[in-house]
Amino acid sequence: MAEATATETTNEEWQPKIVMFCCNWCSYGGADSAGMGRFQQPPTVRVIRVMCSGRMDPVFILNAFLEGADGVLFSGCHIGDCHYVNGNYKATIKYKFLKAMVNELGLEDERLKLDWISASEGERYAQVVTEFTEQIKKVGPSPLKPEGVI
Amino acid sequence: MENEEPRIGVFVCECGVNIGGYLDTQAVADYALTLPNVVHTKVNKFTCADSGQAEIQAGIKEHNLNRVVVASCTPRTHEPTFRACCKEAGVNPYQFEFVNIRDQCSWIHMWDWEGATAKAKDLVRMGVARSRLLEPLKESSVPVDQNVLVIGAGVAGMQAAIDFGDMGYNVYLVEKGPSIGGRMARFDKVFPTNDCSICILGPKMVEVARNKNINIMTYSEVVDVGGFVGNFEATVLHKPRYLDTDICTGCGSCQEVCPVELPSEFNENFGTRKAIYIPFPQAVPMRAVLDKDNCIGCKACEKACEAGAIRYDQEPIYEKLKVGVITVAVGMAAFDPLPHNNYGYGLYDNVITTMEFERLLNAAGPTGGHVVRPSDAVEPITVGFINCVGSRDVNENVYCSGGVCCMFSIKNAQLLKEKRPETNHFVFYMDIRATMRGFEEAYNRARDLGVKFIRGKPVEITEKENGNIVVRAEDTLKGEIVNVELDLLVLGTGLVPNEGINEMGAILKLPRSADGFLTELHPKLAPVDTTTDGVFVAGCAAGPRDIAYATAHGSATAGRATRLLSVGSAPIMGITARIDEDKCVVCGVCVDKCPYGVFEIVGTNGDRRINVVEALCKGCGTCVTACPTGALEQSHFKNDQVLAQVRNVFQYGGE
Repeated sequence: MAEATATETTNEEWQPKIVMFCCNWCSYGGADSAGMGRFQQPPTVRVIRVMCSGRMDPVFILNAFLEGADGVLFSGCHIGDCHYVNGNYKATIKYKFLKAMVNELGLEDERLKLDWISASEGERYAQVVTEFTEQIKKVGPSPLKPEGVI
Repeated sequence: MENEEPRIGVFVCECGVNIGGYLDTQAVADYALTLPNVVHTKVNKFTCADSGQAEIQAGIKEHNLNRVVVASCTPRTHEPTFRACCKEAGVNPYQFEFVNIRDQCSWIHMWDWEGATAKAKDLVRMGVARSRLLEPLKESSVPVDQNVLVIGAGVAGMQAAIDFGDMGYNVYLVEKGPSIGGRMARFDKVFPTNDCSICILGPKMVEVARNKNINIMTYSEVVDVGGFVGNFEATVLHKPRYLDTDICTGCGSCQEVCPVELPSEFNENFGTRKAIYIPFPQAVPMRAVLDKDNCIGCKACEKACEAGAIRYDQEPIYEKLKVGVITVAVGMAAFDPLPHNNYGYGLYDNVITTMEFERLLNAAGPTGGHVVRPSDAVEPITVGFINCVGSRDVNENVYCSGGVCCMFSIKNAQLLKEKRPETNHFVFYMDIRATMRGFEEAYNRARDLGVKFIRGKPVEITEKENGNIVVRAEDTLKGEIVNVELDLLVLGTGLVPNEGINEMGAILKLPRSADGFLTELHPKLAPVDTTTDGVFVAGCAAGPRDIAYATAHGSATAGRATRLLSVGSAPIMGITARIDEDKCVVCGVCVDKCPYGVFEIVGTNGDRRINVVEALCKGCGTCVTACPTGALEQSHFKNDQVLAQVRNVFQYGGE
């Protein structure tokens, strides 16, 4: 038997599980700053680090939904601040495409969000996570979630 | 080695109580042992300490590990440490995987023991899954060109150039303005010791000029930088001075005859300069410069120039320089209160900025060192100073300018008081930040001299008919409203990023922080390194700082960069793009997508293929997502490696 998750043990309100992709330089740094500043947030997000938001392959995000993610956040440096010149701009192109795909999959728009977070914005990082968690709680569990996953 | 069955060791760090106090580290380690290929786990008190690293190395030997997962803090600070530790014990550094359970669990779910523990287990499962697929990689290296580029010749850039030059490296010192010296050349005296600014800077400027290894390029700008660490190619624009600097002697007879008078930038627009002018009396190089935009073409200067140096037909020259390392020291600007008319600046004549006050106070300034007020040129008796103008203000800049404005207001009040004891001084402040050595003593000296400090931010500035300025403020220590009538009001304007910093950031591919200054690699542990290998940042380009700090920074960049220069080679990360030529159809999408020019199409017709210049690759991986055939992969961030994490966010409850 696998370990019980927070959802089961607390047995309170349903807690969604969100996959978040962060670029190494800004948003992952933002997560570090959130830690450094002890900005509390719900334990709903699982971060996957890539070097640049430009590396975020639509395949990763669609797979996250197929695995059972209730929501997917993806984040990079603010436009103009990309460590790799303009990878984040290229990420916006993928985001537009993904938004359409999410609907095709029968998922609600609100389940996918792109937000820019700089390495110094720890407080904002926590705010983005908290707000997105609330948003997903309103939408409810993903209809794509395979049976039995936790 | 590659086909070897993975044998993974998972080390869970307690980080004292930073992790261990907020989640169940033993439960995380026990859980890790149930995961496929994990053969060893251990909880360490401090994994990064000597003892913790020894435990990793002992685990590698004892259990014949070929992969290591550490669940602790952030790869952004500790990845190099653990990679080196693994390498020493015979595990390829790229088969080490980092899981962050401090910044992403214990520190942000401090009061949710179960939630943090469950999340830590998920993250470890994801890390182990990725670790299973990690491949050994080799780091390569590139040779480092022995020439150095220093951008900006303020005090930080000059110090960097001197240090590089003294160590025997050839330096190109590029300065946008017509003379080296930077901001410091304009100050009157400098805190906390109040020594004459140009008297200490002048000799340093001469030292730069005398140093045989330094090529000073004034009135020049770096307009493009290509290449990579050790092998940069910079394009420098030499703006025309409209005279032959080899012939010009700096005698100044041209500026005597020039009929065009313009506001003097060096004197903060108090006083005038001519259309052809020597930048300032101590300029290095001591050469004139012709401001062609304002020249009326009378040719009086040509007639007056005995050396025959004037060249009206000079054109801009672009020069390419090959350099191995770069120090960027592009400095700062003072906050401009004009657009918002902060504290009546621009509305009332007798409200001036600190930089303007510096020039009035300076014996070589436009008034010969007599501070006069602009409305009637009368020497003021009562002078007010407002601190934090444009700093610590949500409407302008939220940051503090590092105590620099506190100190120059204190210094300026003190200097005028010493010069003319009959004067009275009021400093309006929020907090006095006299933090560095000798600053508190300078503050006390000003108070002993009779400078009055009023803790309160002025709320209203009005002008009387005689030009006097009335400042209304709350004295928060006394708890009363005060109205102070002043002859002259000086705004302690904060430090802001220099003009052109965005362009410089783009040229060198350096990110900027929320405050607009360039970002260092790490604010504490790598304060002069940047995210671009081989590029170092000094002085106010990376935030407000004083002269001592900027000078130390300049030296620090020379020290850091010399690590590369003296070894003569620089390591290249292993996380670069790789191409599978069997899958590649030479569509060229990657060529357009890569901002670094890694890919080039070579050959013709049936022989066409993509050539990958690995040394140029910075490892962003954008090309991989763009490649339509899946021919491109990014080492260490391969599709299956990232997908392994995605597929392990969840687990089946019955597993």
